[in-house]
Amino acid sequence: MLKTFKIGGVHPAENKLSASKAIEVLALPKTVFIPVGQHIGAPAEAVVKKGDKLVVGQLIAKSSGFVSANIHSSVSGTVKKVETGPDTSGYPKMGVYIDVEDDNWDEQIDRSAELKSEIILESAAILTKIQNAGIVGLGGATFPTHVKLMPPKGMKAEVLLINGVECEPYLTSDHRMMLEHGEELTVGVRLLMKALNVDKAAIGIENNKPDAIAKMSGLVAGHGNISVIPLKVKYPQGGEKQLIKAVTGREVPSGALPISVGAVVTNIATTFAVYEAVQKNKPLFERVVTVTGKSVKNPSNYKVRIGTTVSELIEAAGGLPENCGKIINGGPMMGKAFANTEIPVTKGTSGILMMPDKESKRSETMPCIRCSRCVSVCPMGLEPFLLMTLSEKQMWEGTEKEKVMDCIECGSCSYTCPANRPLLDFIRLGKVKVGALMRSRKP
Amino acid sequence: MTTTILYTVLILSIIGVLSAIILYFVAQKFKVYEDPRIDQVEAALPGANCGGCGFAGCRAFADACVSKGELADLFCPVGGNETMGGVADILGIVATKKDPRVAVVRCNGTCEYRPKTNIFDGPVSCAIASTLYSGDTGCQYGCLGCGDCVVACEFDAIHMNPVTGLPEVDDEKCVACGACVKACPKTLIELRKKGPKDRKIYVACRNMEKGGVARKSCAVACIGCSKCEKECKYDAITIVNNLAFIDADKCKLCRKCAPVCPTNAIIEMNFPPRKVVVNEQPVSVPEKPIEVPVSSESKSSAI
Repeated sequence: MLKTFKIGGVHPAENKLSASKAIEVLALPKTVFIPVGQHIGAPAEAVVKKGDKLVVGQLIAKSSGFVSANIHSSVSGTVKKVETGPDTSGYPKMGVYIDVEDDNWDEQIDRSAELKSEIILESAAILTKIQNAGIVGLGGATFPTHVKLMPPKGMKAEVLLINGVECEPYLTSDHRMMLEHGEELTVGVRLLMKALNVDKAAIGIENNKPDAIAKMSGLVAGHGNISVIPLKVKYPQGGEKQLIKAVTGREVPSGALPISVGAVVTNIATTFAVYEAVQKNKPLFERVVTVTGKSVKNPSNYKVRIGTTVSELIEAAGGLPENCGKIINGGPMMGKAFANTEIPVTKGTSGILMMPDKESKRSETMPCIRCSRCVSVCPMGLEPFLLMTLSEKQMWEGTEKEKVMDCIECGSCSYTCPANRPLLDFIRLGKVKVGALMRSRKP
Repeated sequence: MTTTILYTVLILSIIGVLSAIILYFVAQKFKVYEDPRIDQVEAALPGANCGGCGFAGCRAFADACVSKGELADLFCPVGGNETMGGVADILGIVATKKDPRVAVVRCNGTCEYRPKTNIFDGPVSCAIASTLYSGDTGCQYGCLGCGDCVVACEFDAIHMNPVTGLPEVDDEKCVACGACVKACPKTLIELRKKGPKDRKIYVACRNMEKGGVARKSCAVACIGCSKCEKECKYDAITIVNNLAFIDADKCKLCRKCAPVCPTNAIIEMNFPPRKVVVNEQPVSVPEKPIEVPVSSESKSSAI
């Protein structure tokens, strides 16, 4: 029997259209807009000004605290302006506009394709390199990785989990990464183990990627302390808490961090970024983005410089399909629609999904029929119907008592509701309001 | 037989009398004194329980009026000065008079002036739309049009105009309870002093972007040009963050600011039509052509 998490979960149609497409490098954009706040935590502070000449990999914004991350230039050229620009949410955010001139890389970056598997650095030095490279969780949550790797006092990491689940339908960037860069990933895992000072690591991969499981199993065979765990296909297995439960059987308590059960989880793309940062001196300024959709001419995986606009990626994949109803940032389950296509790709952009008009439209909302399907699919053991009602009635204290903050926003409830009730929309609103309430209570 | 009945009646009567005596002393011991004026004040209030006064309902407000002993910070917006006068009479004190107020919606971004750039497909709720993204037009400060204010209004005083897509306040029905002010996530609604004959003049915009950016997203946006500020003789207009604001307390309703506004962002309501001056120089609201920003349709998508 394959391992998986215990409660809840759904299995949406996988639609991994671009799984067989090798990662392509996207042509350089003409201009880029790089927001200084691409991560959870305080936005970085810009250290460049108008007219500055930049090379690829140069620091353009310095992290402004512990929970923050450096931002590096993804192109070489001149700074056009440091001003607000469009953010995924449509609200203007501070960022750096750069006119691209050529492709000069910082001399310290090793651009060769050669595998550097020898680990010479000590734990502290690895951590410093990760922090300086501005690495954040590339699965979508964009939590600064160095914070994860430095557990608070009194807590000790016991096991490192690598998230190769990619349970979101359509997305294939991590899958391709495992197939094409498995060797580098293995080094990345070893680097993270050394940084964390743990002697056990497990790579969780869902069983719908047998080629990736075979490849990674072969590569880790020489390292007895790294194992590849095939998992039953179930959404949202890629959720941190679900993956920990599936692989280790441990349950993260409500409101606690994974480190409280001795686990640290990093994503495949993050692990690759760690390899590049530590072994090749390359800061995080590009990432793999899946551009896909049922009517897209050429669904592909592109290696993209941060700051490239979404419209350029869409053009590369064969243009916007006629029947496109929504362009979604991320996968269909958790992703949010873009307000326009002039929004830049940031560290958290894992996919761009163009959904056909018919599929993307919401159906008519009907009254709750008390079937309790939302309760049975909730992977966090919550009662979505109750949370929605409480949130609708603006009973924020009640919403808080019902543990709205435990919701991971996976969308399984809304997906499964036969009455098409906008469960997650109201739960998200509840989370925003309860979050504000909790912050206001702090002195 | 007779004695049985007699004893029964006797014993029950004794128990009854004893209980009554115990209850009397208990009631004396645990007596809670409630000012009879609270009931009187509550009866004098409108009984809408709208919460516009800042209390949980009319009873809580009455309790506060009586226990505080003064009415300086207490005001029932629904009842107004008349009701507060009644309350003051009951309490034997003097009520401070307040100017009646009315809600105004500070956005004039109709579908015509502010083209849609995308379609919001989520639940009809401004609160949800605003936490999700900046809105279905280029202006992140403007009305989202989902009608949270309409739902919040207990007095049926605010309605969506289906043509403009904006809420409209019924001055007759509005009691300035402030429920819509709290409900609007974009803080567009303001409670303003009611002028004579319901006249009012205000800046119908909250866009704090620089002029060019604001103008690009909405044809009737305030661009912060400060022409109105210079025109005003009473220092009623201030420009903060590229946005003009008319202080209703200082404003004398002279209407000089409205014609100078290059984007028609200042709205005047319930005024008589402007007079034409004899020397053939009409001072009426200039019919400036309003350039409507064009939305690129290919770039639009639904949220």
